Amino acid sequence: MKANCWYGKHDLRVEEVPDPKILNPRDAILRVTSTAICGSDLHLYNGFVPGMMEGDIMGHEFMGEVVEVGKGVKNLKVGDRVVNPFPIACGSCFFCQGQEYSLCENSNPNAQFAEKLWGHSPAGLFGYTHLLGGYAGGQAEYARVPYADVGPIKIPEGLSDDQVLFLSDVLPTGYMGAENCNIRPGDTVAVWGCGPVGQFAIVSAFLLGAGRVIAIDRFPERLRMAREHGFADTLNYEEVNVQEALKDMTGGRGPDSCIDAVGMEGHLPGVLGSYDKIKHIMRLETDRPIALRQALMACRNGGTVSVAGVYGGLIDKVPFGAIVNRALTIKSGQTHVQRYLQPLLERIQKGEIDPSFIITHHMALEDAAKGFDIFLKKQQECVKVVLKPGDRSELGKGSSPPTVH
Amino acid sequence: MPTSETSHSNANIRHRYRERTTASGFRSSSNQSVKTDRSRQLDISMLTQGLGWFSVALGTAELLFPRGVTNASGVARPHSGLTRLFGARELASGIGILTSRGQAQAPWIKARVAGDALDLAALGLALLAPRNRRSLTLLSILAVAGVTALDVLASQELQRQRTSRADRFTFGVPIETTLLVNQTPQACYDFWRKLENLPTFMHHLESVKVADDGTSHWVSKAPLGTHVEWDAEITDDRPGALLSWKSLPGSQIHNSGTVRFEEYVGGRGTLLVVNLVYDAPGGPMGAALARVLGEEPKVQIRDDLRRFKQLIETGEIPTTRGQPAGRRSRLSRLFGKGETP
Repeated sequence: MKANCWYGKHDLRVEEVPDPKILNPRDAILRVTSTAICGSDLHLYNGFVPGMMEGDIMGHEFMGEVVEVGKGVKNLKVGDRVVNPFPIACGSCFFCQGQEYSLCENSNPNAQFAEKLWGHSPAGLFGYTHLLGGYAGGQAEYARVPYADVGPIKIPEGLSDDQVLFLSDVLPTGYMGAENCNIRPGDTVAVWGCGPVGQFAIVSAFLLGAGRVIAIDRFPERLRMAREHGFADTLNYEEVNVQEALKDMTGGRGPDSCIDAVGMEGHLPGVLGSYDKIKHIMRLETDRPIALRQALMACRNGGTVSVAGVYGGLIDKVPFGAIVNRALTIKSGQTHVQRYLQPLLERIQKGEIDPSFIITHHMALEDAAKGFDIFLKKQQECVKVVLKPGDRSELGKGSSPPTVH
Repeated sequence: MPTSETSHSNANIRHRYRERTTASGFRSSSNQSVKTDRSRQLDISMLTQGLGWFSVALGTAELLFPRGVTNASGVARPHSGLTRLFGARELASGIGILTSRGQAQAPWIKARVAGDALDLAALGLALLAPRNRRSLTLLSILAVAGVTALDVLASQELQRQRTSRADRFTFGVPIETTLLVNQTPQACYDFWRKLENLPTFMHHLESVKVADDGTSHWVSKAPLGTHVEWDAEITDDRPGALLSWKSLPGSQIHNSGTVRFEEYVGGRGTLLVVNLVYDAPGGPMGAALARVLGEEPKVQIRDDLRRFKQLIETGEIPTTRGQPAGRRSRLSRLFGKGETP
């Protein structure tokens, strides 16, 4: 089968590799019909995350049709159409039973390495370094899904791939990011980052009762998407001073909660941004917490900062004094996708949300490298790239003209 | 006023701190009866210490002054590289001896004997070369032969003491590991009690076969692709609570273990407490070497327990061995790191 394989920084190649097979009784094999490129994939693409090996298959946002099930899988059968969550969860450990699926104690066969870096190991992930299990990812024609009786959710008739694919990662991630803010009715929520996760965080914040959402980014198309689909007020941080603007907009108090949907590759023009960039390149700092610092300073007293963006290592010069002296709450974590699949699918079915609005590009799997490049450089007003394995008839080479629905 | 009932129920909620028996509990008290035995032990340990220091001295000399050493042996050509190599080997044996005690010194003494054979062979070859000062070379050969005799003596005595002391451990590597398992103590005990199950999660074990008389035969992998076998018996068996076993006298490797299945506070499942003692061949240096080769005992047993937990909680052990990938780099293929366990 064809699969998108990692070979180093900015070096992805779609190659012929063996088909996956059932390795354990609770496995299932999916024929992948749609798979997306995630913002966190860019950290792997840029070579910032340790634990990748040449030949690793990328991708953790995927869905498809069940083509084979192991002996231990009773709830799925060949032909079922499913969306697959990106964390791998066993369903029977302490954390899975508490619905904290991204903290599964059993699914990472390389737990001892993650322990060294982070104290304990979280769940294994698809296509996201050997620290988290080294599982082959879903940017391929077929994918093997462990614990298939726990993860995948069956999709009813009448919904297209584009409408449900993002149940695999970005939609629940944005939703959990907003949920973690403990939004009270009428709250003002500020969201840093208007990529896919930020867009869904904005939408979710309103669904959860926010009265106002302020969205921060620098790309006009993303700010426009936040206004038109999220009904957010927007700030372009290259044109205004965000801290001042937030103070002005909230009468000096600050937003009730803040969502960092940017993560470790934050960007800021000027001297401050250069400080982090230089330290990052010199490997003196592993992550660039630009958005996090701003969120901590801007959040009102006693508010919550919800960190939805991905960080891997250590950060520098973070105003911890602001947290302690102003009673801030920090909430974070990899998304417990399995917990949100059913409720969010229902919202999609009811028409409360159509996640497909973030898609700007459909491409063939073979064009994955190009997709990563466009996505990284934010060219052609790219917000989200969806790859279609094997299905060339709908597509030409390269991308379709970008449309914001 | 708390009644006996409430204090009992409180005990379930409050964790009572208790003394943890460590693996050192398996070290038996020394046997006082045989005085000559003890004095022989002392003689041998003095001899091995002496040999250890000799190794360190000679090794250092060979490393730092290779030409001086070859000159003293009457060898005309410097052979610095080879002498330094010999020096490194000599130094390693010395450190191995000096950092071990008792039986753990045995493999290092054996290494010395092998090294002596190499030295004698090299010096023997030197005798054949016409440019060398043969009288000096002969003197060196005599000296090395003398030391070889001492090494052989020490090695044999250690061997004799080993077989006579088979059921007492004078050096053990105590290991205690715990793990919290989301299952009842009884279920955990039942799975562990079937000793044939042990190799399914203890990956250093090849097989465990239980005989009719209750003893079991264990086969284990050892560093550098070798195997170790021994027979063991169950010494304590409390269903749902505790299991103890011990290798029988005369075993190739002395090993004993206890696993306790304790109900953890707050109804959070079972606390597995595993105590293992075994004679690590080669003492601390051997353990250090095993660590370098990626097989440190404490890490091994913790990984084993993780697999036990995965098996008993989910019915399978997660793996990626056999999954597809692109072309692996030469380095990762060399170290077999193309796939994870």
